Amino acid sequence: MNKSQSLVIAGKTFTSRLFTGTGKFSSAVLMEQALLASGSELVTVALKRIDLETQTDDILQHLKHAQFNLLPNTSGVRTAKEAVFAAQLAREALETNWVKLEIHPDPKYLMPDPIETLIATEALVKEGFIVLPYIHADPVLCKRLEEVGAAAVMPLGSPIGSNKGLRSFDFLEIIIEQSKIPVVIDAGIGAPSDAAKAMEMGADAVLVNTAIAVSDHPIEMAKAFKMAVEAGRMAFEARLAKPFSHANASSPLTAFLED
Amino acid sequence: MFKDIFDSHDWNSVKASIYAKTDSDVMDAINKSKLNLEDFKALISPAAQPFLEQMAQRSHQVTQKRFGKTMQMYVPLYLSNKCSNSCSYCGFNAGNAIKRKTLTDEEILREVKVIKSMGYDHVLLVTGEENRSAGLSYLKNAVHLLRPYFSNISMEVQPLEQNEYEELVQEGLYSVLLYQETFNKNNYPKYHPKGKKSDFYYRLETHDRLGKAEVYKMGLGILIGLEDWRTDSFFVALHLDYLEKTYWKSKYSISFPRLRPFSGSFQPNVIMEDKELVQLICAYRIFNEEIELSLSTRENQKLRNNLLKLGVTSVSAGSKTNPGGYSADPEALEQFAVSDDRSAKEMEELIKQCGYEPVWKDWDRAMNIVHSQE
Repeated sequence: MNKSQSLVIAGKTFTSRLFTGTGKFSSAVLMEQALLASGSELVTVALKRIDLETQTDDILQHLKHAQFNLLPNTSGVRTAKEAVFAAQLAREALETNWVKLEIHPDPKYLMPDPIETLIATEALVKEGFIVLPYIHADPVLCKRLEEVGAAAVMPLGSPIGSNKGLRSFDFLEIIIEQSKIPVVIDAGIGAPSDAAKAMEMGADAVLVNTAIAVSDHPIEMAKAFKMAVEAGRMAFEARLAKPFSHANASSPLTAFLED
Repeated sequence: MFKDIFDSHDWNSVKASIYAKTDSDVMDAINKSKLNLEDFKALISPAAQPFLEQMAQRSHQVTQKRFGKTMQMYVPLYLSNKCSNSCSYCGFNAGNAIKRKTLTDEEILREVKVIKSMGYDHVLLVTGEENRSAGLSYLKNAVHLLRPYFSNISMEVQPLEQNEYEELVQEGLYSVLLYQETFNKNNYPKYHPKGKKSDFYYRLETHDRLGKAEVYKMGLGILIGLEDWRTDSFFVALHLDYLEKTYWKSKYSISFPRLRPFSGSFQPNVIMEDKELVQLICAYRIFNEEIELSLSTRENQKLRNNLLKLGVTSVSAGSKTNPGGYSADPEALEQFAVSDDRSAKEMEELIKQCGYEPVWKDWDRAMNIVHSQE
C-alpha cells in the first residue's frame, strides 16, 4: 500500500476512511446527525430493516445526503443462495450494485460462514456486483476472495457488537501485508483508540457501528472516531516508529566484527 | 433429545441447590463474563435479591450493547379460541362455556387491516389447541393469507410434528413460541388433565422438532404462577442451553407470562412479586446476552414502562386476546385480561421518551422466499 494515496474501492474514491453502520441508534434523526458528524462516506444498512416496497422508509429518508453512499448488507441470511437473492433485491430497490456480504448462519454470535461467503462472492461478482464480504480474520480466505473478485475484504477485529477491539491483531497484520485489495476492519471496534490502532497498522478503512450508536453521546463519539481514524492513518503514512523492547546500548552478537 | 437431559435432573434437588446459593455465589456470577447454569441458579436465588440494582445495571448495559437502543414491536392476532385442552388456568379451557370462534379468511383480513393501521409489521398468530378447526391446513392457509401483509410471522399454537413445521416454514413462517407451562413433571397433569396437552413429554420435545425443521426462531418459557418459579426458570435455562448447542442456526426468545385473573376460577398457586420478575429478567439477560426477551400486555403500565430498560427487547401494545377483537367481535371471550391497554401509538411515544427507537420491521419476507425454494 503506497502512502498518501486516497482510498479507492472499485474505482470509487473515498476521502473518509471511516465507514459506518446504521443500526442500534435511539432514533433515525440521531443516526443522521452522528453519521454526518463522522464524515463517513459509506454507510451500511441492513436490507431486513428497510421497507423496500414504499419509498418512505424512515432510515432511508435520513440517509439522503450527497455525503453518503449506501452499502446494503445481507444481515439475516444463512446461505449463499439467500445472500445472492437479497443482493439482487437490494440492487433493484436501492439502485446500487454495492453489497456488504454478511452470511451468518449462527444468530447468536453472528459468525460469518467462510464457505458460503466465498460461494456467494463468486456468484455476485459474476453478476456485476461490487462485493465487500464480512469475514473472519482468515488470511487464506482473504486471498481466495481476492481471486474471485471481491472489491475489498472486511475481516473482523473481534465478535460483532462486542466492543472488544482488535483481538485478531496477528491475523489482521498478515491480511494487510498480503492483500492487493483494500482491507476494511469491521466488527468489534469499541473505542477510537481501536480504530486508530487499526489505521496505524495499515488497514485501509474501518467500519464502526455499535460504539457510536450505543454511546450516550453518539455525535461526539462519531467525531472522536473521525479524528482517531485520521490520526491513525496519518501516523501510518508518516511511518510510525516501531517500539523496541530493550535499549540497544551494546551489540553482544555483532561486537566481534569491531575487533 | 432434551428428554435425556431433563430426565437426569430431579426437581427437588434442583430446587434445593437454588435455595442454597450464597452471597458470594451471586457476586461471582454478576462479575463473570461467561456464565454457566450454576451461575444462573445463583442469580435467580433468594440470595440475589439484595443485588438487584447491580443486576439491573449489568442487564441494561449488555442489552444495549447487543440490541442497541431499539425495541422490537409485535402484536398478537388471535385466530381461534377453540381448544380441546382443559388447562385449569386458561380462559380457553374446553370446559369454559364461552362463545367460541375461529376466524374465516375474510375475518382475518379485517383484523389485518386494523393491525396494519396500528403500524405493525411483525405479527404473532395465536390459537387455542384444537387440531380439527385450527390444524395444519388452517394454519398454512392463515400464513399464506397474511404473508403479503407482514414481514415477519410468528405462531403460538398447539405443538406440531416436524414435517408440519417444515411445511409452515415453506409457507413463510418465521418463528414458533411454545411454553412448557411447568417443568414439574409430577404436578403437570394436575393443570393439564385432558386433551393432547396432557402428554408432558410430547410437549417437552417440541423444540427438538422445531430445531430439526429449521424454524428461524423459537420461543420458550413457563407460565409463572403454577410452581416454584425459580426451579421452573432453571429448567428454561437448561432447555435453552441445550437448544443453543444443538440447533445453533436457530434464534431463541424467552417470555415470562405471569398468571393474571381471568374468568375461570383458577388463582395462581405461587405469587411472583414485581421485584422477583425484575430479578428473573435480569438473570436471563446476564446469563445469555443474545437471548430475545419478550414482554406482553399481561403486565401493567407502570411495570412495563420500567421493564423497557432492564433487558426486554420486544414488546406488544394495543393487543386484543380474543379472535376478531381488533375489528369486530367484543363478545368472544379473551384468553387473559390485558393489563396495559395503551395503544400502539402511545407505546411508541413512551419508548421514544425512554430513549429507544421502536423497530417495526426487522426481517424481510424475501429471505423466506429463498428458503422455501430450497
